[in-house]
Amino acid sequence: MANEQKGNWWIWKVFWILLIVTTVEVVLGIIKPEYITETQFLGTSLLNHIFIILTLIKAAYIVEVFMHLGFETKAFRWTVLLPAFILIPYLLFILLTEGSYTYFMM
Amino acid sequence: MEHTTLKSNVWGGGERPYNVSYGKMMMWFFLITDALTFSGFLAAYGFSRFKYQDVWPVADDVFTHFPFIHGEYPLLFVALMTFILIMSSVTMVLAVNYGHKMEKKKVILWLSLTIVGGLTFLGSQAWEWGHFIHGTSEGRMLEDGSIFYGANLIMNEYGHPLFADYFFFITGFHGFHVFSGVVILIIILINVIKDTYEKRGHYEMVEKVGLYWHFVDLVWVFVFTFFYLV
Repeated sequence: MANEQKGNWWIWKVFWILLIVTTVEVVLGIIKPEYITETQFLGTSLLNHIFIILTLIKAAYIVEVFMHLGFETKAFRWTVLLPAFILIPYLLFILLTEGSYTYFMM
Repeated sequence: MEHTTLKSNVWGGGERPYNVSYGKMMMWFFLITDALTFSGFLAAYGFSRFKYQDVWPVADDVFTHFPFIHGEYPLLFVALMTFILIMSSVTMVLAVNYGHKMEKKKVILWLSLTIVGGLTFLGSQAWEWGHFIHGTSEGRMLEDGSIFYGANLIMNEYGHPLFADYFFFITGFHGFHVFSGVVILIIILINVIKDTYEKRGHYEMVEKVGLYWHFVDLVWVFVFTFFYLV
């Protein structure tokens, strides 16, 4: 709750971060620089990895600052985040593995 | 914040777990389940995309148009939609922030702007859907020689029909979240105008709806990446 006295600058700071990250994503998505799309890494192009990392950065800022989770008690933070951190990567891992497998078996 | 009575008997309900109010905690728990639902949808999308990777359409070839401008502009319109939603998230935080300071007039101003942002987003999405359903002027030649334009739940000129199904289902489910968010925001705005929260002594209800609204923005960030970029 320490933020409440500080005015509004922290809100606009996050706004600019979100805007700049989104702009970078869109520009990369339109240009698609060849040396990034050609480089393959962990089953997909380097460009896709960049997109996913930038998305996670945006998500972190929305959840931690806009939704105020970064200022809640530590125990509550982990109660909210842990189910997502454990279940979502697990689900992605099994479904994407199975998806590639069915592609090769078709 | 109301005064919390600290009883020694925790099971009697005396203390606030995690030092979060009941309503806020329940909103968070709802949002966790909703986040897992959307993850399930996007993971299923990933499964189908990996399975039909040869015939899966590239989003850049599908969504290339911008209202009132002719020509091919991939990503631009959806970037604008993303910007609108981020902007409405910012106005929502401002409303919550002024709620903490009990400044009723500014809460009304920023809540109204958030509603405008939400409605603009919904309109843009309707345009995007309409464009996807009507398709390109070329269309796709079917086996019997007829030409099919656009996309619906069983046919899709751009590629595999499942792409259209996932598009309608996931963006539709998200759009319905935005729609319910706008309805809830309007109800809260009426309550703010009616002085309900002034009498209650705090604007926590605005904060709870704010959590939901940011979550809708959060989901869109992922939909944007996995439908349009990757």
